[in-house]
Amino acid sequence: MNGAQDLGGMMGFGPVLPEPDEPVFHAEWERRAFAITVASGFCGRWNIDMARSARESLSPPQYLASSYYEIWFEGLRRLLTARGMVGADELESGSVLRAPLPGISAVARDRVAEVLARGGPTERTLASPARFRVGQSVRTRNLNPTGHTRLPRYARDKVGTVVALHGGHVFPDTNARGEGEAPQWLYTVAFSGRALWGEQSSADSVRVDCWESYLMDADAPDERQGARAGGPA
Amino acid sequence: MADNAPHSHPNALSDMDVRVRALETLLVQKGYIDPAALDELIDTYEHRVGPHNGARVVARAWSDPAYKEWLLRDATAAVGEPGGFGFVGRQGEHLIALENTPQVHNLVVCTLCSCYPWPVLGLPPVWYKSAPYRSKAVIDPRGVLADFGVSLPAQTEVRVWDSTAELRYLVLPIRPPGTDDFSEAQLAALVTRDAMIGTGIVTLPRSAGAQA
Repeated sequence: MNGAQDLGGMMGFGPVLPEPDEPVFHAEWERRAFAITVASGFCGRWNIDMARSARESLSPPQYLASSYYEIWFEGLRRLLTARGMVGADELESGSVLRAPLPGISAVARDRVAEVLARGGPTERTLASPARFRVGQSVRTRNLNPTGHTRLPRYARDKVGTVVALHGGHVFPDTNARGEGEAPQWLYTVAFSGRALWGEQSSADSVRVDCWESYLMDADAPDERQGARAGGPA
Repeated sequence: MADNAPHSHPNALSDMDVRVRALETLLVQKGYIDPAALDELIDTYEHRVGPHNGARVVARAWSDPAYKEWLLRDATAAVGEPGGFGFVGRQGEHLIALENTPQVHNLVVCTLCSCYPWPVLGLPPVWYKSAPYRSKAVIDPRGVLADFGVSLPAQTEVRVWDSTAELRYLVLPIRPPGTDDFSEAQLAALVTRDAMIGTGIVTLPRSAGAQA
């Protein structure tokens, strides 16, 4: 979605302001917002792509005017209602108005370390060979989906070079919609700063991790019209 | 995002205190979360997991060529396996180490959200998650470095890594000169969080330089 989260290349936010000796959290509510978000995720009713998608669904004015944990908190509220764990009326009243979803048991304190250590690996075995090879010139597709994607606007319809192949990884665009992991080959693609931004950029190269369906063979222009070129492996 | 003015909305903060507390209570009452587990999560990332982890990894890579080779070839294993450090898990499932050299300077960003290698660096600082950094890093990384007081030679290639997938990047900074006699622990004490993101370089404090 072309939302406010897709910040790469925007201007006018001012300088980066590092805070000396910055604490991990700046208020008690940030501690709790962080923890209830992670712990609610342990219930298994959404995946990380759904969580990112929920945060991105804030309107651009709200997103840009919110602090980081305010965005997390609003995203959590949306996830809890969208997945049926909490009703909008319960959020409104702060009271339990109906039974919890069945089959969820809270992760106890003594299991937290184990759950964190397990994490959420996204690598998957793929049966089909990778379509592109390291060193190959690729063009990113000009995608503007209304749902979640991990191809930033600044890197669409741009020519770059594959610099790494990482195996199969869960595809966020489908996973965020609850349409399955649909794993694809994942590549790192290097773009020159000039290809992305023209002559003025101080970036020599920008590297973006791209799933295979974000890419086409740069030397097969027919693909831009939507034809499948059946490119080299 | 409004994080760059964290102290300008005291009323908003107290409002958030009330709202977050109310949601926590609701989720506990519904049986979805355990308050003691929340305390454990907070304690883990506030006091136990942080950039001191990554600093130990960097110090070993500087001290042990075989470890450095392993780290650059397979950072997930070199950081996570018992023969490495055992730093594993959430937001560090697939780690990649990027070596800074006089020729290439690597800088890591997540323009779309806040992807960051938690097991080695902990939770990201506010600036990393905020609009100024996320917008500027990919188009003007030297300008970002200037915001941190860092200036690199014109001939150094500045390479920006936008963390768009579940790969998490750790920068292996250049070891400062004058540290040949330093132990791993002494080296680790020099390594900063920013140097492992690529917005800083590791330098020798003046007093330590005088001793070395």
